[in-house]
Amino acid sequence: MGVRGKKYTGLTVLALLVVLVQAVTALTGTQFYLTQLTMAAYYTLLVIGLAVVMGYAGQISIGHAGFFAIGGYLSAALTTHSLAGFSGHPLVQALGRAGLLMAGQDLYGEEILVVAPWAAALFAVITAAVVALLLGVPVLKLKGHYLAMATLGFGIIVFRVVLASEYFGEADGISEVPAFTLLPWGPVQVSGDFGLRVQNYYIAWGILILGLWLLLNLIDSRVGRALRAIHGSEEAAEAVGVDTARFKLKVFVLSAVYAALAGVFLTHYNGGIGPSEASVMKSVRYVALVAVGGMANIWGTLIMGAGLTFLSLRGVFGSYDDAVFGLILILVMLFAPDGILSLKLRGFSVLPGRRVRNLHEGEGGDA
Amino acid sequence: MTTTLFFQYLFAGITYGSIYGIVAIGFNIIYNATGIINFAQGEFVMLGAMSAISLLQWMPLPLAVALAVLITMVVGGLIEMVFIRWLDNPSVLRMIIITIGLSILIREVALHIWGESIRSLPYFVGNEITALSLGPVRISPQVLWVIFTCAVMVIGLSLFFRVTPVGREMRACSANRTAAVLCGINTRNMVTLSFMLSAGIGALAGCVMSPITYTQYDSGTSLAIKGFTVAILGGLGNSAGAVAAGLLLGIIEAFSVAVVPLAFQDAIAITILLVILFVRPHGIFASGDAARLKEF
Repeated sequence: MGVRGKKYTGLTVLALLVVLVQAVTALTGTQFYLTQLTMAAYYTLLVIGLAVVMGYAGQISIGHAGFFAIGGYLSAALTTHSLAGFSGHPLVQALGRAGLLMAGQDLYGEEILVVAPWAAALFAVITAAVVALLLGVPVLKLKGHYLAMATLGFGIIVFRVVLASEYFGEADGISEVPAFTLLPWGPVQVSGDFGLRVQNYYIAWGILILGLWLLLNLIDSRVGRALRAIHGSEEAAEAVGVDTARFKLKVFVLSAVYAALAGVFLTHYNGGIGPSEASVMKSVRYVALVAVGGMANIWGTLIMGAGLTFLSLRGVFGSYDDAVFGLILILVMLFAPDGILSLKLRGFSVLPGRRVRNLHEGEGGDA
Repeated sequence: MTTTLFFQYLFAGITYGSIYGIVAIGFNIIYNATGIINFAQGEFVMLGAMSAISLLQWMPLPLAVALAVLITMVVGGLIEMVFIRWLDNPSVLRMIIITIGLSILIREVALHIWGESIRSLPYFVGNEITALSLGPVRISPQVLWVIFTCAVMVIGLSLFFRVTPVGREMRACSANRTAAVLCGINTRNMVTLSFMLSAGIGALAGCVMSPITYTQYDSGTSLAIKGFTVAILGGLGNSAGAVAAGLLLGIIEAFSVAVVPLAFQDAIAITILLVILFVRPHGIFASGDAARLKEF
């Protein structure tokens, strides 16, 4: 009961904070911050998903930018490349009959026919999940270095593919991605339109809070306990009957879905995506954010992830951006392997779920 | 495919393959001494070549290469002393993340020193168009330099590990660290030495290959992936296997140019890596039973 109480207190405080920040920017005339805050929310969605893989399941992935890119690129390509030239093709006609297509006009007023954003998003996320499943089955049997290299390899393949494919815009990426209308009625849409800045800020943070809530529930469930057992000792977990491979795979696929969703939304928000989103450096950055947040600490990851991503997007680190994340990674791992927050707050449980609760407490919380 | 073309591809494959072999041996040396994979291995190669290119302004080529190797060795040793030496029994996950962080840091420092421009050392003998005729094939003398240097390094290393007292101590360390300590070997120094050694051979390989492949601040990553692929293919920790696997990968890559677009070349190595990891993670030469005893 205590755990549940803390969880909802945390979520409520976060929601209030989101409103407060928006109010402050409105009052001080600094709404321009909302743009980066919105982007930071989407990146953080990916990072908290990864935190469950790294912190709770104890598996490292240096390929999550790949899943982000699968989400972003697929939804961008499908909603941008016009199918008007193929309108006679039976497949296109079938898609049209199923209501999956959207007609419109491009910048020059020419008629275009593209896949509707929601259908493209669904396709992109499912693709990412399937890829994660296909990759995860063999990869998650590996440990340590092998897992790191295999996921790194996956990330590089995705990077090479988007960089070399004409369909994905090669080095230029894809631009002029249309807005993603979330509800059929009313102008609720994910887009970079200036007038919709406040609305998009709330959409992004709303999605993030929803994602966070789902993950927190997962951690408090039977799955979460199994994951903590795996993290503690895979052999011991297996010995008491935890199907370690299945749990690791589930979490890996879930985190890939989070990454792909982040990719889809951010791409529609930015109106485009470029190959740098698929680069290894991005994957490393996500790992760094999870590490700074304290690995098995979703709240810490959320705070550090959103904070550092915001600073980075504001350009605070200048041309040392990547170097800063590299340095953070090293310093945290050297001096505070449990995350920065564990240093200041040692002994206090200010943040709910701040560090890995051991097995015993986890069970106590449920009883 | 004509005979001439066949041999051209073969030589290109051997050239790249011997570099991959050397990078893989660099991985192995550190892995044997510490049980960790140094993700910054590719950055040593880049650092060696870049330093030599800069030093060339002030001194003749042989001296510049020698000094560059020395500088990289010092950097390798310092990295070990500052970041790794004092950690007590760190977890594999922690070490992976630290070495990844180091590789980024080295790359970013290189970016700020040398910029984004693509550089290269001059050809050791002759220039771009000098070619030696070997029967029907015409190859650049630099190719021979690469193959020769790599061969010398492999032979030198195996002699070092077999004959010299320090080399034997390093092997003792990797075989059984506790026993080595009990015999009075300073295992910590051996780890530092392994980083220096591995940085040194990486740097030398970087220098001899630079005229052919060119060097950029970020050229380390793809080399590291390929070196790692080769290290796994040959069996982690097995240096003879690394050489064989390196040549194999180099030749596969060279011949794949005929079928696969150049942009996807890196993907070939990675695909091989993934397949190997899934099918035979202990490498194609090693026995599975031995691999199960190792710690990953």
